[in-house]
Amino acid sequence: MSGGTASEESFRRPKVDVARLRRDAWYRRPRWRRLLGFVVAGLALAVVTGPQGAGSTALMSSLKATFTSVPRLGVCVGIGVLLWAVREFGAPLRAPARTAQDGVARGVAPLRRFYAAGVWPKLAVGALVLLAGAVIPNLLSPTWQVVFVEQMGVYLLLAVGLNVVIGWAGLLDLGFVAFYAVGAYSVAFWTGSLPVQPPVVLNPFVVIPIAVLTCLAAGLLLGTPTLRLRGDYLAIVTLGFHEIVYLVAKNADGFTGGSRGTTKMIPHPSIHLFGLDYNWMFDPLPYWYLILAFTAILVVLFSRLENSRIGRAWTAVREDEVAAQASGLNTVRYKLMAFAIGASTSGLAGVVYASKVGFINPDNFPLLASILVLSYVIFGGMGSIAGVLVGTALLTLLPQWLKSYVPAEDRYMYLGGLLVAMMIFRPQGVIPSRRRQREIKLAESGVGGADATGAAGGTTS
Amino acid sequence: MSSFLDYLTLGIVLGSMYAIFAIGYTLVYGVLQLINFAHSEVFMTGGFVGMIVLTEFAPSRPHGFPSVLWMVIGCLSGMVGGAAIAWCLERVAYRPLRKAHAPRLVFLLSAVGASFFLYNLCGKLFGRTPIQVPSLYTNSVLFHWPGTSVEVRVNQVVVVGAAVVMMIALDRVVNRTKLGSGIRAVAQDAETAGLMGVDIDRVVSRTFVIGGLLGGAAGFLYGYAVSGQVVFTMGFVPGIKAFAAAVLGGIGNVRGAMLGGLLLGVIESFTVPLLGSEWIDVAAFVILVLVLMFRPTGLLGERLGRSA
Amino acid sequence: MTATATMDASGGGEVLRTRGVTLRFGGLVSLQDIDLTMRRGEILAVIGPNGAGKTSLFNVLTGVYTPQEGELTFIRADGAPVSLLGRKPYRVNRLGLARTFQNIRLFAALTALENVQIAAERAQRSGPIANMLGMPWARRDQKASAGRAAELLEFAGLGARVNELAGNLNYGDQRRLEMARALASDPEVLLLDEPAAGTNRVEKEQMAALIRRINEELAISVLLIEHDMRLVMSVAHRVMVLNFGRVIAEGRPEQVQRDPAVVEAYLGAAEEDAENTRETGDAVGREDADE
Repeated sequence: MSGGTASEESFRRPKVDVARLRRDAWYRRPRWRRLLGFVVAGLALAVVTGPQGAGSTALMSSLKATFTSVPRLGVCVGIGVLLWAVREFGAPLRAPARTAQDGVARGVAPLRRFYAAGVWPKLAVGALVLLAGAVIPNLLSPTWQVVFVEQMGVYLLLAVGLNVVIGWAGLLDLGFVAFYAVGAYSVAFWTGSLPVQPPVVLNPFVVIPIAVLTCLAAGLLLGTPTLRLRGDYLAIVTLGFHEIVYLVAKNADGFTGGSRGTTKMIPHPSIHLFGLDYNWMFDPLPYWYLILAFTAILVVLFSRLENSRIGRAWTAVREDEVAAQASGLNTVRYKLMAFAIGASTSGLAGVVYASKVGFINPDNFPLLASILVLSYVIFGGMGSIAGVLVGTALLTLLPQWLKSYVPAEDRYMYLGGLLVAMMIFRPQGVIPSRRRQREIKLAESGVGGADATGAAGGTTS
Repeated sequence: MSSFLDYLTLGIVLGSMYAIFAIGYTLVYGVLQLINFAHSEVFMTGGFVGMIVLTEFAPSRPHGFPSVLWMVIGCLSGMVGGAAIAWCLERVAYRPLRKAHAPRLVFLLSAVGASFFLYNLCGKLFGRTPIQVPSLYTNSVLFHWPGTSVEVRVNQVVVVGAAVVMMIALDRVVNRTKLGSGIRAVAQDAETAGLMGVDIDRVVSRTFVIGGLLGGAAGFLYGYAVSGQVVFTMGFVPGIKAFAAAVLGGIGNVRGAMLGGLLLGVIESFTVPLLGSEWIDVAAFVILVLVLMFRPTGLLGERLGRSA
Repeated sequence: MTATATMDASGGGEVLRTRGVTLRFGGLVSLQDIDLTMRRGEILAVIGPNGAGKTSLFNVLTGVYTPQEGELTFIRADGAPVSLLGRKPYRVNRLGLARTFQNIRLFAALTALENVQIAAERAQRSGPIANMLGMPWARRDQKASAGRAAELLEFAGLGARVNELAGNLNYGDQRRLEMARALASDPEVLLLDEPAAGTNRVEKEQMAALIRRINEELAISVLLIEHDMRLVMSVAHRVMVLNFGRVIAEGRPEQVQRDPAVVEAYLGAAEEDAENTRETGDAVGREDADE
């Protein structure tokens, strides 16, 4: 401004001064604010991993223990500071990490191409997985076999079903386990294990189609009024539905047996067909094979569905409801379809579970279970069947391994945290589905990003 | 007649609590068009912080003025606790997603995860069994409904009084202050508001804080005066009901939330004589589904911007 | 009404008719008393300054909004009139009115082919079970819709972009993809909402050619909202001018261009923009500067 020399320097100098004047105090600068953030995160880590509280007898015991044990606090805050340092000054570290990552990607690329080449590689991989699934439990101890069936197996079925609802149609169903309960109570009813007697007592196998149809009907009944509304209402209505099912199971003593549950043991499934006689008893392995078979069949059927006109329609509805309608899609119908398919899968899982454990009561179907399935699906990768299976397997087996290190009840807390972290850092999951990943990428760059859960607002006028 | 008034009194007490709880849902919905699933944990936090403050600091049986003072302190600390959690929620579970233009499903899931995390954390820190909230005074009968023997107790008056004060204050804030006009602007059209120089991050953050203040107060009042105890899962069922109340009144509409809360409380309270107390929780869901089916925009219509 | 259906250079019988359509949002009148008559086989352009209610008209026709007053009638190929009032958007589409959007709305994460395929198979019969089991008729459906989609992409000049993601296409291609998707639902009337917005001159010419081919080769009537007067003048058989939700002029393009009311409406708008040119043609030809 002082004129004189028109060199580039004199043009730049005032700019620097302005920048200096604008500078905040050092502690308000992003870098130091981030340090504060990481320290707080470290403290939070200390609180979260602290001892179990004692309740009303020593209200503050857990917090007191956390904040008086200096070494542990130090370690946790140290971790926070370390992460901060890596983030701020870790540029030299990042380059080798990137090359390593690229190297791995290059190494994997031929495998990926092979996998994507056609149907046969996929079938081969599927067969291998199936084989592994059939062999591995044989090598395990009975405790683990039970874990495989009751923890992982049932949840595999549930997750494959929920994936249709949330991963493909983009509907948030928080009452998924209610259908699981409906399925389980159906089998209890039709095998004569409830206080009310059915017209005919059936074999659990025969109940499967009945239970599936019951759940389908329940899904349609619940979905028809709610699915024509904005998507996020569905979440809360399904939550309410779960509560209603739970309360009915708990309070309708004469029908469901109330909180004590089934009065008699639900019989194990058995086959008496063409001279074939087989009875599933207490041994977990046969159930595992049953679940494996169901899962495999569902995976095949559902992946066909995904690549059909219905799968495409789901994607369209999920991405832009207005455009989907303008293209002639009856969006409510497709949502209802996904919702009902999910519900029936959940019902199937309920039948299998109930006939394995023999006795059921309302507390077998807490809301918690819905959230668990949800986190498995999301962790694995919404919309990707492989991802969902892997996610469920990892998250159901991992807590069993960690049982001796981490209190069992804390599991849910960590799962909640994991869910938030996944949403922030990797919403597409461990093994993302192709379409979902593209959506998230495009949304970040500002294209599309509409979601069926959204108030896909009317067109601008 | 007298039992009718009994249930009405109960309904109004419950309802005014739902009303201030529901405002948190409605405000956040107004500015972000999202159901803040974790708002029930704000409520729970309010209950716990209030309980802890009273247990740790209040003298065991204050009389006269000190008991009123401690009541106010308990409520304020619950509010502060609720606001702090709400602020953290916005910061950790929502803001990064807003920056990434995440699809709405991602927001919902993040909130569900946060809710799950928070209440289980609370169960871990303070145990999973219900904890009594110390009482500051005898919950004696304050007066009778004119001409009847229906009693109205101190706690009931406290809940309704506190709720009324807060609702009036909130109405002022939303309609009369600069922050309020910022909230309404963002609710109407966030993009334009941003272009006009409204700091959207700040407005969203403060909206959460306001919702948190009220939610925390509701939690404290519920713990202290309605159930007399707090437990880590206490937010869940009232949370759904408060949400139902917000939808009933027209989500995004502050006065709607107040009306919806009161109505829901009253309806719920009359479920007891009609159906039996074990079905009390079903009433809210049935109302929710009915409202969504027949009048999805609620009684007073949806927009925060227009009729707040 | 048939009395008004005097044969035009372009026309057969009526295909679309609105009478007294009025749409309000609260106190705001978006459309007032709109009478529109469209004949089979014509290209009718709706023009008007921004905010004149053009897109609202589209939204009313396609069932996104329901007008408070008036009637909307679609006349089927067999001459039977069908009311469009209160029909959901997807039902309107199935009757034979397909549309595109002003702010392009494609399924960004799907390929160009899949985008078109979705519309082509919207009314197919194969249900979830048939598709799960891979029944022969489901496979046939699938093959047919893919073939049809590829054909239409070829027609729209996107033959080389079949497997690209819709979100990665350039602007002009996205516009054409949207048109291909609308064509896939075999419409009798195609509603194009500013198909040339944001495209360059060459693309505009291609777009004009495409619209003409749709009209002539596929025998589809086209209702066109457009800002670009050059495009409108070169393709439209008839022009209707909206301002503040009312029809202020209607007729052949050259008539309308000279109509004082139209000049007034556009000049008024242009003056506000401070970029006012005295010459009518230029002022009318003002391109969507406010998009």
